Amino acid sequence: MGKKVAIFRKEHFNAAHRLFNADWDDKKNMEVFGKCALPNYHGHNYELIVKIVGEPDEKTGYVMDLKKLSDLIEEKIIERFDHKNLNLDTEEFKNLNPTAENIAVVIYDLLRPHIDKEKELQIRLYETPRNFVEYPV
Amino acid sequence: MVYLTRIEHFNAAHKLYNPNWSKEKNEEVFGKCANENWHGHNFELYVTIKGEPDPDSGFIFDAKKLGGLINEKVIEKLDHRNLNVDVDFMEGKLCSIENLVMGIWKELEPHLPPPVQLHCLKLVETAKIFVEYYGGK
Repeated sequence: MGKKVAIFRKEHFNAAHRLFNADWDDKKNMEVFGKCALPNYHGHNYELIVKIVGEPDEKTGYVMDLKKLSDLIEEKIIERFDHKNLNLDTEEFKNLNPTAENIAVVIYDLLRPHIDKEKELQIRLYETPRNFVEYPV
Repeated sequence: MVYLTRIEHFNAAHKLYNPNWSKEKNEEVFGKCANENWHGHNFELYVTIKGEPDPDSGFIFDAKKLGGLINEKVIEKLDHRNLNVDVDFMEGKLCSIENLVMGIWKELEPHLPPPVQLHCLKLVETAKIFVEYYGGK
């Protein structure tokens, strides 16, 4: 059995969003989501860390070429979300509350088809320096 | 003279958009920052005051009280808000961090008790971009 190594790539995107449940009234949304439900949106510098686990290739020494990973994240994620309003500008969050949890799952689902099946993929997403999520766990 | 800095933060949406220009010109000048549906940042605000330490307390000004003042006069107006739409002191102004830091100075400075003086505001928009303002022109 070969040696498994984890590689990480860090990227970032700046986006506006608001948290609310369309089935609830304003009062209930403010009760549950607090200031995050304010109607005119707020925003974050999201920091994204993509982790890939696998065995280094015998010929290249790479688990995955980090430049190719960076290009993939740029194409599938950053171009979709950077400098956007997640609620208004994206298909993924038209009917899905853009919590950090849901964003991490969406990012995973967007990247997974493009990473070799035998490699593990994990997403860590910082909404602020103090609040971050991981998926899958 | 001793300089004391207190760091606070706020998460907000904004866009860079001149209403007197066409959409095309705004995109030409401001790029992705002109997205009409806004984008967002975790802003960091460094407030530096200066003065002589009080002989009884050793303080220029109680840093906890300074934090309270910054939160009351500035952060509550900005945190989880849309800087273009929700903020009274930014009305009619282009929402660059240059203009924002000058606006924050005017909101905060009058409330510092003499002889404490506001020395500098540093406003960080992203890991690569921040502004500093020392008051005056």
